[in-house]
Amino acid sequence: MAPPNGIEVEGLVREYRKGPRAVDGIDLTVAPGEIYGFLGPNGAGKSTTVHVLTTLLPPTAGTARVGGYDVVREGPKVRALIGVALQEAALDPLLTGRDHLRLQATLQGIPKAERAARADELLERVGLADAADRKVQGYSGGMKRRLDLALALVHRPRILFLDEPTTGLDPQSRSALWEEVARLRREDGVTVFLTTQYLEEADVLADRVGIIDHGRIVAEGTPAALKAEIGRPSVHAIPRREEDRERIAAFLARFGEPLATTRDVAVRLRDGLGLTDIVRAIDAAGVDVVDLELRAPSLDDVFLAKTGRTLEGAAEEAEAEQQAVG
Amino acid sequence: MRAPSAGTVEQVGAIARRSLVRTARQPASVIPPLVFPVALMAVNAAGLASSTRLPGFPTDSFLAFALAVPFIQGALFSTMNAGTDLARDVQTGFVNRLALTALRDWALLAGQLAGVVALGLVQALFYLAVGLATGVDFRAGPAGVAVLLAYAVVVSASFGALGAYLAFRTGSGEAIQALFPVLFVFLFISSMNAPRNLIGVDWFRTAATLNPVSYMLECVRSLIIEGWDIQALALGFGFAAAVGLVSVPLASRALRTRLTRT
Repeated sequence: MAPPNGIEVEGLVREYRKGPRAVDGIDLTVAPGEIYGFLGPNGAGKSTTVHVLTTLLPPTAGTARVGGYDVVREGPKVRALIGVALQEAALDPLLTGRDHLRLQATLQGIPKAERAARADELLERVGLADAADRKVQGYSGGMKRRLDLALALVHRPRILFLDEPTTGLDPQSRSALWEEVARLRREDGVTVFLTTQYLEEADVLADRVGIIDHGRIVAEGTPAALKAEIGRPSVHAIPRREEDRERIAAFLARFGEPLATTRDVAVRLRDGLGLTDIVRAIDAAGVDVVDLELRAPSLDDVFLAKTGRTLEGAAEEAEAEQQAVG
Repeated sequence: MRAPSAGTVEQVGAIARRSLVRTARQPASVIPPLVFPVALMAVNAAGLASSTRLPGFPTDSFLAFALAVPFIQGALFSTMNAGTDLARDVQTGFVNRLALTALRDWALLAGQLAGVVALGLVQALFYLAVGLATGVDFRAGPAGVAVLLAYAVVVSASFGALGAYLAFRTGSGEAIQALFPVLFVFLFISSMNAPRNLIGVDWFRTAATLNPVSYMLECVRSLIIEGWDIQALALGFGFAAAVGLVSVPLASRALRTRLTRT
């Protein structure tokens, strides 16, 4: 049985009629009070998983318990526990921020006497107090996301699902939202299930990360552990002349396995080698590079190691697939 | 942690309030249903006034005869607007937001229809005011006004449910807009501009006789120009209620399918 504030998923499958198997047998556990980052490119199955866990879609197979309740058999109990901000900040452009909060508070069963105070508290908390009585159609993308978060919090949920909450946001709005999510976990003990396609977001926010690709979890663990699994750093060189690219790639291949990158030439270093070894060799061979950089393993390296593609490449691939289908 | 579920009445009220606020904040949703039917009535009244001289025409005021049309036409406008608004909610994911609350399925439909009915009542009062201001003598008197408003409630709810059904079924505002001409064909092939017994073209008279919209118009018309015609009232209420008896369950089923929560 899943712990009261936790999430437990076993063999979850979701197939669309005439469509692909969007979620293909995933298992995962989220501990109470944990921020779990669900990382993957577009079309990987992140949003479908969220829709199943939040009771909006029934699974084709497998089980999922949220807060101790089965998402299929105990949907209303699950919904009573969770707050959800879906990928599309579905707001009514003709209502004000306060109208939205009032409606949400009523539908979530907040006693009438508490609604106005709760709305004010949340508007203040997400920095929308000054814009509370403006129609949402005049809000920026960041303001809409913040209002969406406030709406998800109206009934003080114990588990929060955020589906790509910062997609399309400017860096300032993004970091403000990160702070709020971190605060919710720290001060209120809220469990957070966060999907993202941003490596940095998963790295900064999540206690643990699950990496999903083509509906399957290909890696799971703390960001540090996942990166440690990759272990070795990579060296990235930018040739001075484009025509030297192949020659430099062949040269660097002597020091490790080549990496598929678009902007530079890169290799994952063999054990025991460091930047100084490369610099010396480059100097001795008279190889002409503009820039040479040693990078610690990132989650993108983890994704690359597990799927053979970079996250960016996977996103482009998914977009191309979508265009081909559509 | 969530407090006990909101009372159903409160839920219906909250959804109805949102529907009304949305409508009030969109002049394009309020003004055309009020102005266009009245403008069409004025044009028809000016052009067809002489038809009151036909033997058997039930009144000497074509305006009194034509005043029934805005009531039905306005309801059709409301159907379109309500349906389009709901379809937008489906398209934007707002319905998913509602699905994630403790909102009961039927409370969403009831709230939405309550908003449409409130707008329908405002429209009915407006058309009535226009009629009285232009000298139409409302033969059924104050009690007739009450019956007329009750009829506005039934028609708005029935056609509003039809719009809701289409919205939940298709999830497309464009699909609902595409229905608009179809509904208007029903309006035009009816006793909109002449009593059925005075329509000279056989196929048109037959079509108008088979068309339920004729009986809905004649129900309103009877209150305005005749007083109390129980048969006309029964047929008008009967057909409007029949639309509702079909459209409300259809809308309810389509809503349950659309709100695919476990």
